[in-house]
Amino acid sequence: MTAAIHVKGLKKSYRVHKRPPGIAAALRSVFHRTYSEVAAVDGIEFDIEAGARVGFLGPNGAGKTTTLKMLAGLLHPSAGELSVDGHLPQRREAEYLKKIMLVMGQKQQLIWDLPPEETFELNRAIYEVPRDVYERRMKELADLLELGDLVQRPTRQLSLGERMKCELAAALVHGPKVLFLDEPTIGLDVSMQVVIRDFVKRYNERTGATLILTSHYMDDVAALCPRVIVIDKGKLSYDGALDELVKKVRPEKRLTLRFSKPVAREDLEPFGAVVKHDAAQATLQLKQDSVNDVVGRALKTLPVMDLTVMDPPLEEVMSELFSRSRASQKPAASEEGEW
Amino acid sequence: MRGWRAIPTMLRVGLAEAVAYRAEMIVWVLATTMPLIMLVVWTAIAEVAPVQGLQGTWSSKRFVAYFLSVFIVRQLISAWAAWQINYEVRQGVLSMRLLRPIHPVISYLVENVAYMPSRLFITVPIAVVLVLSGGAEHLSHRPLIWVAWLVSLLGGWLVAFFANCAIGALSLFIDSSVKVMDVWLAGFFVFSGYLFPVDLFPPWLRVISEWLPFRSQIGLPVELMTGAHDDGELWGLLARQWGWAAFFMALTFFLWDRGIRRFQAFGG
Repeated sequence: MTAAIHVKGLKKSYRVHKRPPGIAAALRSVFHRTYSEVAAVDGIEFDIEAGARVGFLGPNGAGKTTTLKMLAGLLHPSAGELSVDGHLPQRREAEYLKKIMLVMGQKQQLIWDLPPEETFELNRAIYEVPRDVYERRMKELADLLELGDLVQRPTRQLSLGERMKCELAAALVHGPKVLFLDEPTIGLDVSMQVVIRDFVKRYNERTGATLILTSHYMDDVAALCPRVIVIDKGKLSYDGALDELVKKVRPEKRLTLRFSKPVAREDLEPFGAVVKHDAAQATLQLKQDSVNDVVGRALKTLPVMDLTVMDPPLEEVMSELFSRSRASQKPAASEEGEW
Repeated sequence: MRGWRAIPTMLRVGLAEAVAYRAEMIVWVLATTMPLIMLVVWTAIAEVAPVQGLQGTWSSKRFVAYFLSVFIVRQLISAWAAWQINYEVRQGVLSMRLLRPIHPVISYLVENVAYMPSRLFITVPIAVVLVLSGGAEHLSHRPLIWVAWLVSLLGGWLVAFFANCAIGALSLFIDSSVKVMDVWLAGFFVFSGYLFPVDLFPPWLRVISEWLPFRSQIGLPVELMTGAHDDGELWGLLARQWGWAAFFMALTFFLWDRGIRRFQAFGG
């Protein structure tokens, strides 16, 4: 497969006006301003093959969204190479814009006072989608997203979840080859998150579109992205399979035991580090190669009713990765907000 | 121009949006009633004593014809792109517009035009009042002038729209250009003929107004309606107006192409 997205030495920095709080500082800043250069993205590189599903992970202000916005052509890079399906995104050529779409969970393209189908129709005209293709595609999208009569109600009267389903439909009217999703499930309830996740996965499988996702919900990333790119303080700190990342950062396993009668904490400590304990249930952290041995001993000596062995939660893995990454970076590295 | 085939649909959706914002439309009209207030003030003054302008005496009927014409022209040359662009740049909403394969300035233009039919609900009754009020005797009766009026109306709208866009595009450089728009509006109120006919200006102020763009928006179309210009000066005035339109259009695209590189796509 050819690389749909090529990024090399990509940088984006901003000139930011800084001043301390207070009226004196405010007045001083009228005559003299202090600026600092903030590196939001600091020399990252990666290639993504056509049809791949990749998750961008990182804490707030890491540079994920900035990278996504550069890929979508909204921001001009300060330095580095960038190409998406053979186009330079920052040129924003019509042919390029017809191939991509960026869906932002916190921004909407639906026209607020009109039903979503007006936005669909507007996009059909702007993206020059032939009528028969449009009708077939909208029928598919309506079925997959279970839109029903939502599309005929004014957008302002839709719930957040209903709106996001319509946002996705509006974003896909022109059948983009590359789809950038920035926090698409933010603020949605768990069942709606599952609906959106399933839809995105099926869309990728049916159309072969390349998909890049940022999300703070690790379940989104785990369900959708076999590959993750971790960005922290504008730098790339990991690029590879999600399960490899988990093994690398937290090689331990979690053993959860349910007991038929209460077991004291002291009785559990010889088996491994006790992560969580109440009378009838406990979670232990174990080295991977000791799982079989510990499970065997526990079954023999403890009143075990049930047990499960799992990887540590992804949130914990990420948290540990970010704290390690920050500890290893110089304190004078970039400072930034979420862009 | 890329995406031109989308324009009829954009106009239709824009009109649907204009109709959806009924309350906003009424508020907008209320905000542009200044010519009607000036009509009352100036007719009262003219009834006390005739007002002498460079082109003759201004009777109260002439003021009625003038300010009702101003009201009509003001409705038809309305543009608000400067505020729209400022809002979209500051909130990052511009991102969604930039993702579409149509130049944002073209989409602002179509959205502004799409509101025009809803304006006719206001301007047509006022035009009827203008004719029935006896103001008709102060309107031009020459077909050529009315053709020129249509050209000047389009020119006036283009000046207003592209000046709005150019000022709006400044927000890509200076974070917010709303205050620049306030300065523009101050010039507009004084020099456009909106609050008082340019004919009443002292000669030196009138010369200044002729070299500023504001009169191109309101003054020229209204002066043509009210028969203030003969054929000799007509084409020169129209050429100057369209020169301003071309200038602001070029300035808009110049500022936009450079400014968009600085866009920070806040939010999200």
